[in-house]
Amino acid sequence: MTKRWRRTGAQLIWETLLGEGVHTVFGYPGGAILPAYDAMLDYPIRHVLVRHEQGATHMADGYSRASGEVGVAVATSGPGATNMVTGIATAMLDSSPIVCVTGQVGSALIGTDAFQETDVTGVTLPITKHNYLVTEVDEIAPALHEAFYVARSGRPGPVLVDITKDAQQAFTETRPRLGKVDLPGYRPEPRPPESELQRAAELINRAERPVILAGHGILISGAMGQVRELAERARIPIAMTLLGIGAIPANHALNMGMMGMHGESWVNQAIQEADLLLALGMRFDDRVTGTLKTYAPNAAKIHIDIDPAEFNKNVRVDVALAGDLSAVLAHLLPVIEARDRSGWLGSIRGFKGDTAVRDIQNLPDMGKLYAAHVIHDIWRMTGGKAIVTTDVGQHQMWEAQYYRHNEPRSLITSGGLGTMGFALPAAVGAKVARPDDEVWVIAGDGGFQMTMCELATIAQERLKLNVAIINNGYLGMVRQWQEFFYDRRYAGTPILSPDFAALARSFGLGGEAVKSRQEVEGAVERARADERTVVLDFQVEKEDTVYPMVPTGARLQDMIRRPGQEADGDPESEEEPVAAGRTVEW
Amino acid sequence: MTPGPDGRIRPHIFVVWVEDLPGVLNRVTSLFRRRGFNIESLSVGPARAPGVSRMTIVVRTDATTARRMLVQLSRLVNVLRADDITNEPAIHHELAMFKIQATGEERTQVIQLAGATGARLVDIAPESVVLEATASPAKIDGLAEVLRPYGIVEQVRTGLVGMARGAASVMTDPDARKPPKRRRASSEENGGSHSV
Repeated sequence: MTKRWRRTGAQLIWETLLGEGVHTVFGYPGGAILPAYDAMLDYPIRHVLVRHEQGATHMADGYSRASGEVGVAVATSGPGATNMVTGIATAMLDSSPIVCVTGQVGSALIGTDAFQETDVTGVTLPITKHNYLVTEVDEIAPALHEAFYVARSGRPGPVLVDITKDAQQAFTETRPRLGKVDLPGYRPEPRPPESELQRAAELINRAERPVILAGHGILISGAMGQVRELAERARIPIAMTLLGIGAIPANHALNMGMMGMHGESWVNQAIQEADLLLALGMRFDDRVTGTLKTYAPNAAKIHIDIDPAEFNKNVRVDVALAGDLSAVLAHLLPVIEARDRSGWLGSIRGFKGDTAVRDIQNLPDMGKLYAAHVIHDIWRMTGGKAIVTTDVGQHQMWEAQYYRHNEPRSLITSGGLGTMGFALPAAVGAKVARPDDEVWVIAGDGGFQMTMCELATIAQERLKLNVAIINNGYLGMVRQWQEFFYDRRYAGTPILSPDFAALARSFGLGGEAVKSRQEVEGAVERARADERTVVLDFQVEKEDTVYPMVPTGARLQDMIRRPGQEADGDPESEEEPVAAGRTVEW
Repeated sequence: MTPGPDGRIRPHIFVVWVEDLPGVLNRVTSLFRRRGFNIESLSVGPARAPGVSRMTIVVRTDATTARRMLVQLSRLVNVLRADDITNEPAIHHELAMFKIQATGEERTQVIQLAGATGARLVDIAPESVVLEATASPAKIDGLAEVLRPYGIVEQVRTGLVGMARGAASVMTDPDARKPPKRRRASSEENGGSHSV
């Protein structure tokens, strides 16, 4: 006699996850998710115990961004689930596919303010791509299956599946049939009409001063090769968004560098003087456009994005092509003509002018340690091949400026939401996804303290990471804004930190403080050679500033540049920071 | 709110077909709430196909924002289709009931008025009558205006429902390919037989 097929909801959770290719989850147990945890032991699942559920979501996010696969975070009801909110919003704003599985109180208790009850699907409704409340055992597998499909298809994003405790405990004898997902209202991959593709091709072939705006969508779509082919054949220079970094190698001759608020001045100038902007998988965020009134005034705009909701949202475009970038470029490439645009490329070289001279890298060594030195050295010593994760703020912009990424999915940073505390847990996820790759965390002293509890996770999982804290004793980017726009009134920005090296050692990890430029190379070398994760506490100049900078609401070409005095080696200058002479117009 | 680049602020009429699941109404209204819009009227009922609900939503906004809202609505996983029928040839009706306290001569006048305006007399009590009318919002406004002197003690209006004129509309009424599973999409309580 054969035994009847019979499963609990908890067992179905893991069987469905395994069916979706999941082998690792990042999570934290608790009452309402206990049945699922109990069942987990019987399945080949690696569980990474986090120290805070925010960490679980960032790890799932880092895992996803490093691998292109869906990352999974697990938490219990109430506080477990609400702790995930920041990580979910981070994944939402950066189109990162993660699935969050949360336990919910028993269905009979829903709506009674039961212990650890929160309306989690209500709370996460505006920050998830979609979410589910599952109260029946037979709904668990289809909901999870759908969740993975929705998370990874179209414009990816976070999906949350909230499963009541009784649904996890209940038995079913109905084997789930998970075929093609049937969502009649969900159209993840639109296709642009042929006539619009024609118009786009004509605009590109006709343009004299085109610029490609390369965004995150290139990486998500896997269109790196096609974008390169397009740029190389038509000789179109490329400007990167923060999340687009790595889509085109930094050392590619046509890659000008990053655009926007802290982008390179010549890149912004090229955008302003362009006669065609070809926006690929980017969304004209306010951080890259400056004031919209004067944005690229003479440029026709072609926008290719999988999400039609992005068209004409911030910038009016002439041609909008909705679709998967790789599929759209496959149609477009055959009709793009080879062109010689050396005149335009020459003008852009001219825009550079003396900008590089003012770069901190070219300052004489006066014994001071600047973040730029640290990041430049890490870049040099890792051969530019590490995966780097960052938080948000000054260190993030310096990373983007001084670590030159040649590989896709090698910079993992919180762009849209700008989440402090993202870097360390995201690095855990990246390392779990790509264990053979070198992973560096670059974080500020403020953000690091938000999630530094995850050092314990790293120790428990015996993960080898390298952590560089850019420690300037301030919440640096906020301090910079106070310096420029609030008359140097440093409200709430000076921050005391623990001895990070000693803290790391207390977790059984390595730790070292670095105070001068000469020590950087040795410390980085020792950290890389160490089998353990090592935390390097780089105690840098306290009031260094990210240059250049487009103040909010200003025109993209009105960048504040590093003051001449500093460039001449006098950083103690008392000159007003936003004096007219420093705002350079081209 | 401030008008967008291409248009004045005026009522926009959205017709939205959604999967009939708990929580979907919340997802739809959340999009308007997020932008700080006040929904002027909202009516929901079963569509032609089983498992599909049809909403008519009226929101005051400009054309640019209305276009954006439409794309955002279409992006929701449970939304089958969304149209802005503001500029379409369409019938826009709402149902209204007015309770008027009237006796004697006034009562006779109210009943005559009802006949003249196409309103129906649906209840007669010793002290009051109830009139019901189905018409465009403007006509309902007009009816309320003429009834006001007699003393409206209670009124209810359903909010507008809209349908495009002609054969084209037959094509625009989408089906769910099969009746959706009764899955809870959010913790919203399942109110009544129609569980949006």
